[in-house]
Amino acid sequence: MAHPAPAVGAAGNPNKRRAPSFNWGPYLLLLPSLILLAVFTLWPMVASGYLALFTANMAHKVPVYNGIANFKDLFTSDLFIKAFKNTLLFAVVTIPASVVLAMWLATQLNRKLRSVAIVRAAFFYPTMLPLVSAAAVWSFFYNPSYGPVNLAIKLFGGATHNWLGDPKTALPAIMLVSIWKDAGYFMIFFLAGLQSLPSDLFEAAELDGASRWQQFWRITFPLLSPTTLFVATLSLINAFKTMDQIFVMTGGGPENATQTLLYFIYQQTFEFMDRGTGAAASAVLIVILLAVAVFNQFYVDKKVHYD
Amino acid sequence: MTKKLTFFDWALYVTTAAMALLWLIPLLWMVATAFRPETSPVGTGSWLWGGSFTLHNFTRAWTTAPFATYYRNTFVIVTGILAMQMVTITLGGYVFARMNFRGKDLLFLLFLLQLMLPAEALVVPNYNTMDKLGLVNTRLAIMLPYVASAMGTFLMRQTFKQIPRDLEEAAVIDGANHLQILWRVFIPIVRPTLAAFALTSISFHWNNFFWPLIITNTNNVRPLTVGLALFTKASEAGADWSLITAGTLMVVAPLLIAFFLFQQQFINSFMRSGIK
Repeated sequence: MAHPAPAVGAAGNPNKRRAPSFNWGPYLLLLPSLILLAVFTLWPMVASGYLALFTANMAHKVPVYNGIANFKDLFTSDLFIKAFKNTLLFAVVTIPASVVLAMWLATQLNRKLRSVAIVRAAFFYPTMLPLVSAAAVWSFFYNPSYGPVNLAIKLFGGATHNWLGDPKTALPAIMLVSIWKDAGYFMIFFLAGLQSLPSDLFEAAELDGASRWQQFWRITFPLLSPTTLFVATLSLINAFKTMDQIFVMTGGGPENATQTLLYFIYQQTFEFMDRGTGAAASAVLIVILLAVAVFNQFYVDKKVHYD
Repeated sequence: MTKKLTFFDWALYVTTAAMALLWLIPLLWMVATAFRPETSPVGTGSWLWGGSFTLHNFTRAWTTAPFATYYRNTFVIVTGILAMQMVTITLGGYVFARMNFRGKDLLFLLFLLQLMLPAEALVVPNYNTMDKLGLVNTRLAIMLPYVASAMGTFLMRQTFKQIPRDLEEAAVIDGANHLQILWRVFIPIVRPTLAAFALTSISFHWNNFFWPLIITNTNNVRPLTVGLALFTKASEAGADWSLITAGTLMVVAPLLIAFFLFQQQFINSFMRSGIK
């Protein structure tokens, strides 16, 4: 599970006393991890950048060097632009929605009651489901002729709609699945954050006659900002990883309305066998994710402290 | 901290409870449909809970797709990854917490890199690597990229750091080496952290889909998620939802039941794996 580390400083406290001495020891103990990280994390970054410089598709079984042509093609390709825009749109909608929802749920469920534990489980259980199975269930929910969503709308006299079949509603319908899936997961981080807040602050505020609304905006919200930033990052990464739901629910359609960056990479590389284009798009995705990580390392380390 | 409940409080409670119910609907519907005869699934024709109970959908699903094989593969993959991770993260966490050596910060950065880049972004080059290693369409290929775990290593590092140094001094004086100290002194203490990590690792790899999807191309090595997705796509055409829900339930049931039984443990370990 790839999470950004919110507060892992590389320069930890140097150990006060020397460890028993044998120099090759630490490297030997780290060797299994180091080899695997080198092969499956470090090398892929280099390799996708390198392969991106070649034409490698069905017509060119042996890759042919072509400079930055793949990148030029990408940024003039309507499909890639569409996938890129959709991914950004996905992030712009799902991040605030799931963060606000999770924060709200946490404030409501921050009590040590048995009934509250059950309600918490109701929001958290989607975390335990594979996205593909959640997507299968939601496909049925959105079914135009007998899906529960349309049945409910009919019950209230509304007009039914082909949610996944209409390019206008397909992406929002999938966003809803992500929000449903992630809200409970993000909630637990806010619950942990809330429990770490000093209660005397709230008692003092209460004595001063601050309303609960004021207490939230003046105390809770600012003190939760590290958690908020962390959860927003998780959500951003999830947006860039969006693929499983697309694969099951729409296959990128209708009219490419649900193409995302990762789905584009998948299709180009493994359906159309265009490895050069897939590698170039991968390189773009890697650069974006690294930029997010670097921003986060600096921003989180500088602005926000919690241990 | 006892306050009088205002009307506003009650409105909030009711809203939260209603939302919880809304969140549960997919699960309830899945269970309801899976146990009903295919001729009268929920929402099609007869209304909600009426109608009879059957296990027929499960036997149908079990024979339509090779679920036994998928189960075996998922089991092998999940336990294989976990077993190897236990070794790598214990060693890694110990080294980063307790040892000083040249290039420590640089190597730490390499671990950090894995946290920053989700494996999904690296599937294309990793596929090519597996191709060169001749490992495409093997369970080993599904496992290998996850055996080194930065998240687990950092968790273990934090845990090792919290153990007082006096504890190992005695062992050092007795002339024990690092591996002996690790095994005799530390493992018993860090067991709870390993258990917490195990829950997240199992959940993650039970549910993992994208990498297994592309690195496999025959059913004999495919895990449950990939099998289910292909099964769903095939059955969706026939709108056979009782079959799809029965298959889905078979895939999600083990984890879901474990979660409802050990809710607090799962939530705690998911929380720890996010925030260190």
